[in-house]
Amino acid sequence: MLDGQGANARGVFEGEFILEVDHVRKEFPGVVALDDVQLKIRPGTVHALMGENGAGKSTLMKIIAGVYNPDRGEVRFAGRRLEIRTPIDALNCGIAMIHQELNLMNTMTVAENIWIGREPKSGMGLIDHGEMRRMTRALFDDLGIRLDPAGMVGDLTVAQKQMVEIAKAVSFNSDVLIMDEPTSAITETEVEHLFRIIRDLRAKGVGIVYITHKMSELFEIADELTVFRDGRYIATVAASDVTRDDIIRMMVGREITDMFPKVPCEIGETILEVRNLALPGVFHDVSFDLRRGEILGVAGLVGSGRSNVAEAIFGVTPAVSGEIRISGEKVAVTSPSVAMRHGMAFLTEDRKETGCFLDLDCIENIQVALLTTGKVDNRGFVNQREVNRLAEEYAAKLRVKTPNLAETVANLSGGNQQKLLIARWLLTEPGILILDEPTRGIDVGAKAEIHRLITQLAGQGVAVLMISSELPEVLGMSDRIMVMHEGHVSGFLDRSEADQVRVMELAAK
Amino acid sequence: MATQDTNIERPAARAHRKLPPELNILLVLVGIALVFEILGWIFQGQSFLGNVGRLKIMILQVSVIGIIAVGVTQVIISGGIDLSSGSVVGAVAMVSMSLAQAAGYERAIYPALTGLPVVVPLLVGLLCGALAGFVNGWLIAYTRIPPFIATLGMMVTARGFAKWYTKGQPVSFPTDSFASLGAGMAPVMIFLLVAVIFHVAMKYTRYGKFTYAIGANAQAARVSGINVERHLVKVYVIAAVLAALAGIVVAARGQTAQAGMGMMYELDAIAMAVIGGTSLTGGRGSIIGTSIGMVIFGVIISGFTFLRLDAYYQEMIKGVIIVAAVVADTYRQQKRGKKT
Ligand SMILES: Nc1ncnc2c1ncn2[C@@H]1O[C@H](COP(=O)(O)OP(=O)(O)OP(=O)(O)O)[C@@H](O)[C@H]1O
Ligand SMILES: [Mg+2]
Repeated sequence: MLDGQGANARGVFEGEFILEVDHVRKEFPGVVALDDVQLKIRPGTVHALMGENGAGKSTLMKIIAGVYNPDRGEVRFAGRRLEIRTPIDALNCGIAMIHQELNLMNTMTVAENIWIGREPKSGMGLIDHGEMRRMTRALFDDLGIRLDPAGMVGDLTVAQKQMVEIAKAVSFNSDVLIMDEPTSAITETEVEHLFRIIRDLRAKGVGIVYITHKMSELFEIADELTVFRDGRYIATVAASDVTRDDIIRMMVGREITDMFPKVPCEIGETILEVRNLALPGVFHDVSFDLRRGEILGVAGLVGSGRSNVAEAIFGVTPAVSGEIRISGEKVAVTSPSVAMRHGMAFLTEDRKETGCFLDLDCIENIQVALLTTGKVDNRGFVNQREVNRLAEEYAAKLRVKTPNLAETVANLSGGNQQKLLIARWLLTEPGILILDEPTRGIDVGAKAEIHRLITQLAGQGVAVLMISSELPEVLGMSDRIMVMHEGHVSGFLDRSEADQVRVMELAAK
Repeated sequence: MATQDTNIERPAARAHRKLPPELNILLVLVGIALVFEILGWIFQGQSFLGNVGRLKIMILQVSVIGIIAVGVTQVIISGGIDLSSGSVVGAVAMVSMSLAQAAGYERAIYPALTGLPVVVPLLVGLLCGALAGFVNGWLIAYTRIPPFIATLGMMVTARGFAKWYTKGQPVSFPTDSFASLGAGMAPVMIFLLVAVIFHVAMKYTRYGKFTYAIGANAQAARVSGINVERHLVKVYVIAAVLAALAGIVVAARGQTAQAGMGMMYELDAIAMAVIGGTSLTGGRGSIIGTSIGMVIFGVIISGFTFLRLDAYYQEMIKGVIIVAAVVADTYRQQKRGKKT
């Protein structure tokens, strides 16, 4: 690492690139994650890194941030070769990173999470909690974040946690800030907010590496972009010089046309009736119907209670009052296993906490929900051959990229983990499919494929409830859109009358 | 598209690419045995492994605790721990022996109930175990007490029960059929039976797969439709029933039961599981691994005795080995997290 802190103080550096990566190679057992890649970041710019799921984006970022060491190649920071061994080295050099998955401690406060390892000390060497809260408040004021520094992180929504991660990364005042899919779990409003923060940092001369699968963001925020495909460097171009299709072509090596292939399909009888559902302090008086073959999109801002309603319907955190009827029969959904017995499936929003079994392999991750249905076992003995066949079929359908399905899921890229979770629920052949951010972290090509699958299921009579923070997705896929605002349903829009403006009006009220 | 190729390329290669993790542990076992063999020739002038009688005794010594270790392994895989097994051994030894006393024995605990068929003490003993396990599991699953605390409570309570049961008096003179449960190589046979059953259960049934899932991520398991609470109760009941079985075997073998029986067995059982590669953070481990861990444990103890090492050293070295096994596990996990 570099000697001394002063060497990288902002403004001192005059060269063209603040961060240069050259000829980097990284191999994992059975996969070449990166093969001779390069990346060059100018100070005061936003540089987008693009590529399909498993292209090696996160791996390179982890190398820069000291989580992995490269097998070959070098990383130069402010013109000097870096020997980064640990994340702490990287931070000391002035490189901070927001990881693709959340890395916060749920049982600690927001302030403690942000300053962990850097806590302000009082005279006697003890942690000065008052000062720490003040520092957090100052940081939040600066960034325009409204969260209680003394609140427990475990009580926050995924999006709020993401904002805490962003604040934490900014608090290092680093020269290079890496953001690995920071917007995959937040809504337009927070995205706008994040972009203001990014523009501020850019004006201060910070070099920002920005990874996303959302094309629209790219043109709004990126100055330059680099594309990887299958662990190889493809090109670096100015964002103003290319079109969306150019980028996709570079990423996947072929054209992708219909993004949201919504096929109108026959809508059948009502299968799910939700009446006056309420969980005090979280959501109130939520009522709606869902019919066979219908895709009901749910839009709303962060904290509007969308995910909580889904969790209540599936019995993860049951509602306190109200009624749920499935095929006309009143059901007390007290736990997910009850919900599954009534043909429901629920893809949760937080894949690390409530989704993946990171230590288990792909097959074990895919099969678990199917096993609880009891369809693939004989008096408790699992028909593993049948399960493996199904798992492989769906893994191929969803283009899961892994050397084999015996790979530990922790070793898969984020988007590929998401695909496994989708496969897990599709295997149960549900009648009611609840999806919370189904395409979170999924690349353009696979996204179209997943949208096609969802539409196809609807065509077979499955009722779909789809929460998404991506408005184009909600608008493109849904037959009807339910908009939520601060725990209430603020309105329904039909496919024909829905547009961005109308949804946002209802969402912000 | 390019990524697709990587998927469907080698369907045959997918089933079992990785070497089973138990192979490492087996190598450790072979290594340790060879060390003792060499030390034997150097210091004792004789072979360690060449003595079949010694190996038989060694296996007999460890297989009772091995029965417990099988139960403890599935508890640890589920993300918990069971400290009560040693006390359950003691309590069940007392209860079942009191119902197994030979006909006509005057000072029997229940003079009216002597000479009963062997199934009576056996079933009552196992039921007592099931009860203890149910309390453990219920407390852990439904009141959310940490497993450490719940089973610590049971450890003290069950031991107290064992002492209270006869006010500290040992119980002896079982029927021949009861005694045969512990005679000769019976403990080894019982261990083998238990190990095979649970190897199959953990690998090929829903029960096993759910146990791994809960240990790997209990929240995700719940959302996937597993009734986590009910499953945990099953896990702890099974662990305690196996401890009870061990208690019956010990009592039958010694033809007597004392309140202090099974003291510290829980720690030895946990050690066997951990040495065998079961991860204390849950989600990983296997019965085969634990069985190898059990043999490693036995080889070390009998190896030290063979080298005429003081019993005090044996205890201390046992402690070191347990910590070393956990360190090895932690190291493995770190390596998985950061491959450089
Ligand atoms: N620790 C690891 N062990 C083994 N393989 C790994 C490991 N980390 C990543 N890989 C593999 O390296 C490849 C690149 O993964 P990476 O996470 O960098 O992808 P990504 O471009 O960030 O994808 P996504 O858009 O899905 O996040 C993938 O095939 C992945 O399976
Ligand atoms: Mg990634």
